[in-house]
Amino acid sequence: MPAFATKADRDQLVIDRLTATFGDKVLAHERQYDLLCLTVRKDAIHEVFAFLKDQLDFNFLTTLCGMHYAERDALGLVAHLHSFRNGHRIRVKTETPLKDPVFPTFTDLWPTSNWMEREAFDFFGIRFTGHPDLRRILNMEDFPAFPLRKDYPLEDPTREDKDDSFFGR
Amino acid sequence: MSEQSKNPSKPGRPATELVRPDYWQHDVVPGGDHRELNTLNLGPTHPATHGIFQNVLTMDGEYIQSAQQTIGYIHRAFEKLAERRPFYQITTLTDRLNYCSSPINNMGWHMTVEKLCGIELPKRVEYMRVVVMELSRIADHIICNSVIGVDTGALTGFTYVFQWREKLYDIFEEICGARLTTNMGRIGGFERNFSEKAWTMIRAFVAEFPKALKEFENLLVRNRIFMDRTINCGPFPADRALAYGFTGPNLRACGVDYDVRVMDPYSSYQDFDFIIPVGQNGDTYDRFMVREREMWESLSIIRQALEKLDKMPDKKTFRAEVPTWVLPPKEEVYNEMEALIWHFKIVMGETDVPVGEVYHCVEGGNGELGFYLVSDGGRTPARLHFRRPCYIYYQAYPEMIKGTMLSDAILTMSSMNVIAGELDA
Repeated sequence: MPAFATKADRDQLVIDRLTATFGDKVLAHERQYDLLCLTVRKDAIHEVFAFLKDQLDFNFLTTLCGMHYAERDALGLVAHLHSFRNGHRIRVKTETPLKDPVFPTFTDLWPTSNWMEREAFDFFGIRFTGHPDLRRILNMEDFPAFPLRKDYPLEDPTREDKDDSFFGR
Repeated sequence: MSEQSKNPSKPGRPATELVRPDYWQHDVVPGGDHRELNTLNLGPTHPATHGIFQNVLTMDGEYIQSAQQTIGYIHRAFEKLAERRPFYQITTLTDRLNYCSSPINNMGWHMTVEKLCGIELPKRVEYMRVVVMELSRIADHIICNSVIGVDTGALTGFTYVFQWREKLYDIFEEICGARLTTNMGRIGGFERNFSEKAWTMIRAFVAEFPKALKEFENLLVRNRIFMDRTINCGPFPADRALAYGFTGPNLRACGVDYDVRVMDPYSSYQDFDFIIPVGQNGDTYDRFMVREREMWESLSIIRQALEKLDKMPDKKTFRAEVPTWVLPPKEEVYNEMEALIWHFKIVMGETDVPVGEVYHCVEGGNGELGFYLVSDGGRTPARLHFRRPCYIYYQAYPEMIKGTMLSDAILTMSSMNVIAGELDA
């Protein structure tokens, strides 16, 4: 890829290479604002990350964070990858049912994913198989819930003085 | 590089430095029965750690074998709180991330929402933001650098430059009314134009601070004691730094020229001419020097911005024309129906936002500060994730201090500029 390639060219290259290698395991790709966003099947996520890192130069894991999709009872992972060489960022998403919140660890690819995975475990209850030290990180160890899930109330639900249901959303 | 990565804790140890005691001479075999390891609890509150972090160190005499980190002592659940707050109220949460440079966080957040809503800012507002962000970068870096001085035993520099941070905070106070947790600016620009007094104070700072900074540098940069103390203290090779997700001055000290302001310019940074200072060994001295150089670059950027602002005929614009986000003036609210409606709608968080996901990052005091915002069109974000540079690079700390002495570990931590607010969010 020449150095003067546009962002759209780079996006297209990533899409082409990934679909050629993984076929329908790449479920969707779209451009959201300035980023290419890929949705990948859960069982291929580790291979896709390894491929992006080794073959397509995405050397830098910017973020990895958990998500809770309450409307479809699923937990998700969202990663932002950055290729310093090409000045190119992408977003990769994957999902798993709430009943089976397990992903492979990515610490073998990027050591920095260690604490990001611990954060996802702490707040969403996502487990990472093969993680060297999967403990809670910001909350106390005997915290009884996964607080960033949508069903965890922010405040004491019996309080009435802070109800803002008037506003309809 | 490959040589360094084999033994990341000690690349290029100079011959003059004290070498580790040799166990063989003392009949103690490493890992054998005679070896005595101590556990040392560094923290959670310790005057030398400048914040609340706990490190349980396993010590072999004076040398650190391993460290067990505990963080989260001031965790305030910002990501959860953000899911119940209208967009403009989240600015106050970002203040409390890296509280040494709050305006950068504020403006990073505003830019994220502006990206989501497609708000374009006038050039004048972008330059004003650049001025404020670079001032706060200086405020961040002088604290970090002077604290490195304190931890090496030189208190003078710290007390000397602290008054300059006070002057910066006076400027922030003049602009927005607050000093530390600034809550500066609004989505779409600023809440009011900078006063004449604020401009005068900024110009005075840019004119007078270089002299003080030079004096501060004279105190430490070529000081033999300081150099002996910091060179080769807590070095980290570039490949490990990248693997650990380092950004900002800590990554640049390792020799990687990654700066968000240049890689993904925001707020018209592409209009300015500045260099990215890089180090070589990624040790405490390099981190100190990178921050030092960055302050000079920041001063140069502010000067360029002031020059550009002077050339503009427009002296009045301080926000984009977005009535859906910026509160109307009070006299209009009291007298005009339309303004009253907008005032009410903005305060109640009833501004319509598009459905979508954005990631926006700015070069914070410590590196790439990112905001991943998922909007479902509601009055609050559906999910907001902060990429806090401290949180990401602090996990490399055990690897950085392995095999070094305790006092070097203290210096390494202060030169990494780990800010508890940003670490624990």
